[in-house]
Amino acid sequence: MSDDSQKQPAIEIAGLTKGFGRTAVLRGLSLRVDWGEVLTVLGPNGSGKTTLIKILATLARPDEGAVRVAGADLSRTGKYARSITGVVTHEPLMYGEMTGYENLKFVARMFALDDVDDRIASVANRLGITSRLDQRASTLSHGLQKRFSIARALLHDPPVLLMDEPDSGLDQEALSMLDDVVEAKKKSSGAVIMTTHNLERGLVVGDSLAILSSGRIVYHEPIDTDADLAREEYQRYVDAAR
Amino acid sequence: MKGYFGPILALVWKDVLLETRTKDVVVSVLVFSLLSIVIFNFALDPSPQIVALVAPGILWVAFVFGGVLGLTRSFAQEADAGNLRGLMLAPVGRDAIFFGKMASNFLFMLLVEVLVFPLFAVLFNLSPSAPGLIPIALLATLGIVTVGTVFSAMASNTRTREVMLPLLFFPVSVPVIVAAVEASRAVLWDGSLADSARWIPLLAAYDAVFLVVGPFAFHLVLEE
Repeated sequence: MSDDSQKQPAIEIAGLTKGFGRTAVLRGLSLRVDWGEVLTVLGPNGSGKTTLIKILATLARPDEGAVRVAGADLSRTGKYARSITGVVTHEPLMYGEMTGYENLKFVARMFALDDVDDRIASVANRLGITSRLDQRASTLSHGLQKRFSIARALLHDPPVLLMDEPDSGLDQEALSMLDDVVEAKKKSSGAVIMTTHNLERGLVVGDSLAILSSGRIVYHEPIDTDADLAREEYQRYVDAAR
Repeated sequence: MKGYFGPILALVWKDVLLETRTKDVVVSVLVFSLLSIVIFNFALDPSPQIVALVAPGILWVAFVFGGVLGLTRSFAQEADAGNLRGLMLAPVGRDAIFFGKMASNFLFMLLVEVLVFPLFAVLFNLSPSAPGLIPIALLATLGIVTVGTVFSAMASNTRTREVMLPLLFFPVSVPVIVAAVEASRAVLWDGSLADSARWIPLLAAYDAVFLVVGPFAFHLVLEE
């Protein structure tokens, strides 16, 4: 990534609107994440968290608005954005009949990476899946598949990490590893957006917290400002969504 | 160029690896194609006059129907576990994904054709060696998988993909099927490519058009 990119915000969203058919999912959303920042996004089901991640990952196209990753406009530089972004989705994105190693090797080849075995060994070690590399993906538990999913996102050492509820289905050991991954990304001046339903985890992991409700950012503050206020706000919007 | 072809080859490697494990595509297409030919053989009296008239049609009906089955399965494995999204996260153009899937489908369909043709030749009293059929099979198969890859991606997101793909695919693939049948007729009958010559440019033109249109259409199909 160039020095110029580092001078731009890691992620910059302005007036983002997205709908599916007649249903508006994101309504004029604006957001900024700086390098070295971890943003936790919370929101009730259907608030637009996954759609936001999909757009940032170039899996969906915005209807309106501008989205920039490291200064690059996603509508024009999708390939570049994908090369500097690691994405963890709801699905493990693994081929069940291939082993964990083969799945990661396939990703490495799609990203045209060098030193594939070293990279796989490194991420596998970080996520505690070294002993599972030769196991077929279909025989892995949900939690282990999730770890592989995180390993997949880290394989090309992206400066930007987008994670859609990465904590779901993880045991305590894996949650701790996930925290280490996020912390390491932050220390290396990377940027992380992580959606979650777990407010307390969001408060622990994030530097700032955004609450998304009906496609709008209704709360966005640094976490050290007032955690209790964040809790109250979140509960209010969860209750309103019921 | 290595950068462009690397992901395409990676996709082919992945599909071949999965196929060696599951045998999902080749076996189902092979069985379907063989059954079609055997049933046609029982249903029709394979006299020389009837063979000359219907054999090329039977051959390509078996290949195309089997091919559609394979195309459906090829994209089902991407769509079912959300793996198509995984492919879309790679820093490659959507056209590279298209060409990778197309190349895999092309290889699998050609393999089935190579395995099916000898049995077809035996059942219909034709020469099992028909080198003139090679360029026709290559061009027609390329056309079929090019169009089929776009439509199978489109159908993979629907619940009725087994019905949707043939509905979308057959109307567009009629020219390539007609050209393949007519071009094969002379080759199968006297082994000569001369009478097939006028159909070859049509097959090539069809392929050229859809090799250009296919990646654009595929890109639109993947858009959310």
